Amino acid sequence: MSLTSFTIAEARTKLRAKEFSAVELTEAYLAAMEQGAGLNAFITTTPEIARERAKAADARLKSGSTAALEGIPLGIKDLFCTEGVLTTAASHILDGFKPRYESTVTAKLRDAGSVMLGKLNLDEFAMGSATITSFYGPTKNPWKARNSNADLVPGGSSGGSAASVAGGLALGATGTDTGGSIRQPAAFAGIVGVKPTYGRCSRWGVVAFASSLDQAGPMTRTVRDSAIMLGVMCGHDPKDSTSANRAVPDFEAALARGVKGLRIGIPKEYRPDGLNAEVSALWDQGMQWLKDAGATPVEISLPHTKYALPTYYIVAPAEASSNLARYDGVRFGLRVPGQSLDEMYSKTRAAGFGAEVKRRVLIGTYVLSAGYYDAYYLKAQKVRALIAKDFDDAFEKVDAILTPTAPSAAFAIGERMDDPVAMYLNDVFTVPASLAGIPGASVPAGLTSTGLPLGLQVLTKRWDEETMFAVCQVLEDAAQFKRLV
Amino acid sequence: MSLDKATVRRIATLARLDVPDSDLEPLANELSSIMGWIEQLQEVDTTSVAPMTGGTDMKLVWRVDEVTDGGKPDDVLANATDSQGAFFTVPKVVE
Repeated sequence: MSLTSFTIAEARTKLRAKEFSAVELTEAYLAAMEQGAGLNAFITTTPEIARERAKAADARLKSGSTAALEGIPLGIKDLFCTEGVLTTAASHILDGFKPRYESTVTAKLRDAGSVMLGKLNLDEFAMGSATITSFYGPTKNPWKARNSNADLVPGGSSGGSAASVAGGLALGATGTDTGGSIRQPAAFAGIVGVKPTYGRCSRWGVVAFASSLDQAGPMTRTVRDSAIMLGVMCGHDPKDSTSANRAVPDFEAALARGVKGLRIGIPKEYRPDGLNAEVSALWDQGMQWLKDAGATPVEISLPHTKYALPTYYIVAPAEASSNLARYDGVRFGLRVPGQSLDEMYSKTRAAGFGAEVKRRVLIGTYVLSAGYYDAYYLKAQKVRALIAKDFDDAFEKVDAILTPTAPSAAFAIGERMDDPVAMYLNDVFTVPASLAGIPGASVPAGLTSTGLPLGLQVLTKRWDEETMFAVCQVLEDAAQFKRLV
Repeated sequence: MSLDKATVRRIATLARLDVPDSDLEPLANELSSIMGWIEQLQEVDTTSVAPMTGGTDMKLVWRVDEVTDGGKPDDVLANATDSQGAFFTVPKVVE
């Protein structure tokens, strides 16, 4: 059995028992990263930092350290600022940017003993569902359809994270989720992805896309590994005014709770006409597994579901157009000279941003501009309130909600690129929870007839990640999903 | 909602994005198609609904208004393409 095949929980036990060292484990991953370079999962690799941190972890393990992630090699989505290490957001406009500070989440992971392997590829500024808009080229999914050699997308925007964890190039990874960017790639790559409640993880030092939606979370091979990682990543941070001042629950302890007596909501609006039959059947199967474990299915209605995507495509671009105003060629990254200040701004931004980012900046600027603000932005904020209320009402009747994570399995690189709206539909099942700010997780639950992974999504009310983890664990135990690694 | 070339030109200026004339037409078509799809929101009755302005139901907290960080001009300037002394440089704005 190779060193890269263990889960975080297994590696933790074996590192503490000195069955192997953090340096040996890290070297195994650095070798796997070289071998798997064709996936284009990493934008930047940091072998020197990795070796240094692994050595320090071994010294601490020797003196009996039981830090949560001591010696565990992780990949970091290249949206987290890392001190002295190139941070790109997969955009040309951040050329050469080496932050002088460390994001709160990656500082917590570092301080818990983890080893940073490098910075992972993503859609430019996390805007996408396939990791095809990166300035550094697309990431490939390590999965392939049976009898086909076509390269598939790993989902997005955390596609580098998904591919690296599924392909054995990292033991776990950070992701960020604005409308599904952790959950959808986790489903496409057959791994677990968790978006916690908005406010659980500090956004300080994470390159901002849409500030009222962005949340960091773990992407791992198992539910337990996500519980371990999330426990380290979250917690109050005075540097983020929306970070919750709440105690961090023991997520790992919640895994053993089971689902006996829980009421599981099945929202009828998530089964539109024409829903992929395999996705639909897996959803039924998931509910059957929970029933077998003692839960009760309850049909519920989330009546404003169909408005979630159009609402998101006003709110997120509006916030993005404001957040991305900082890329002006003055303080960091790319600068294209111009005769005047405005010309320098316009030329820099035209050269630095890719097509999808420009599209969203323009939409956002439009819906916020004089005469359109009320009709679009304010309207969307009101519909968002109704979407959140749908969930509040539902959680009066149920403890958790079960849905598919995505409407399909991974598709080929190059597909669905002509029509932006068709690409946006990937996130139809994940966006509503993002708008409501509630936690959601994707668990790999089965394969399509062509052998590609499909995920199930578990949603709970705000701050109730513990119930979410309990449900996910039962699904994982029942599904017996066969990972690549 | 259909956006014409003049509108795209106007929002591109607001967004400080240099858009060549040849791109105006295709962009207008793309953005019109996205905005047309978004138009369905108008059918939702939002009378007396308060807008949801953030991602959370938490109240923003007060803190003491005091300096907690700063005095790091070298760090602040470290990533600038061009700087002079303790200043960022930009093209001349005053004649």
